[in-house]
Amino acid sequence: MSILNLHNSLTTYLVLAAILFGMGIYGLVTRKTLVGMLIASELVLVAASINIMAFNRFTAPDPSIGQIFTLFIMAVAAAEAAIGLSITIAVYRNYKSVDTEDLVDLNG
Amino acid sequence: MNLMDTLYSFLPDVLTAEGFAGIADEAAGVVFLIMLAVTVAGGIIACNSERLVRAVAGLAVCFVGVAAIYYFLNSPFVAMMQILIYIGAVCITIAFAIMLAAPEDNKKPGPAGPLSGPLGVITAGLVTFGMVGLAIKTQFPAMPKLNMGSVKLIGVQLLTSYSMVFELVSIVLLIAILGSLVIARHGRSK
Repeated sequence: MSILNLHNSLTTYLVLAAILFGMGIYGLVTRKTLVGMLIASELVLVAASINIMAFNRFTAPDPSIGQIFTLFIMAVAAAEAAIGLSITIAVYRNYKSVDTEDLVDLNG
Repeated sequence: MNLMDTLYSFLPDVLTAEGFAGIADEAAGVVFLIMLAVTVAGGIIACNSERLVRAVAGLAVCFVGVAAIYYFLNSPFVAMMQILIYIGAVCITIAFAIMLAAPEDNKKPGPAGPLSGPLGVITAGLVTFGMVGLAIKTQFPAMPKLNMGSVKLIGVQLLTSYSMVFELVSIVLLIAILGSLVIARHGRSK
């Protein structure tokens, strides 16, 4: 298969989604601040969306269902970002820091 | 052979219908490769850069590439929503979080924990390797298409078959808005 024909195979999209997912996992375990972990979790969500859209395009009988599902993932991701922002701000107000090493106090 | 045929035979291959279709296919392949590179590069910036502002800019670049990939997957509507929601809402929200709660000056140097560094790379690499192996080895049988998944059909199904989920997502968004207001409001008067 030619390299210019990659966009017609399911495997390309699955591999791309796996790479994005791995980057998200790497960011989640490496980042030291809550905001950095929020950014990495968005990468994980977008990898899941690409996976669903790829199967939707290549194998599913009804291609509109996967698109609807991806739209719902986007809505949930937006809600998650809003909640994450407010939690980050609440933590910063209490601890004057969003560093994950400072957030060891359960009795906040 | 009449005059039109004579003129037609002098045209380069690109300008004929079949030649143009071939060129358009190759151009689509090139654009796809570029967008693949943009997505991966944006992801690398988003998870690796030292400053969080650069990370969120890399995230926006990554989302542009993902929108192009949705376009290649026959879903221009989802591609548009990707740009609207992810870049327009999520990235801006994270940028606000950085400006409000993550000042760059009191950042602590040093590693984040035992999993940062080589162990983190190994963890993410193993996850990626496993998923890539599964994706390459498995055969996914394709089923015959019932329709083409047009935007009109998405709208109809969203308001008939999936209206329950539609309403539930509205409630989730409402509760998320209220909850984030309550959480961020707590302790503000102190």
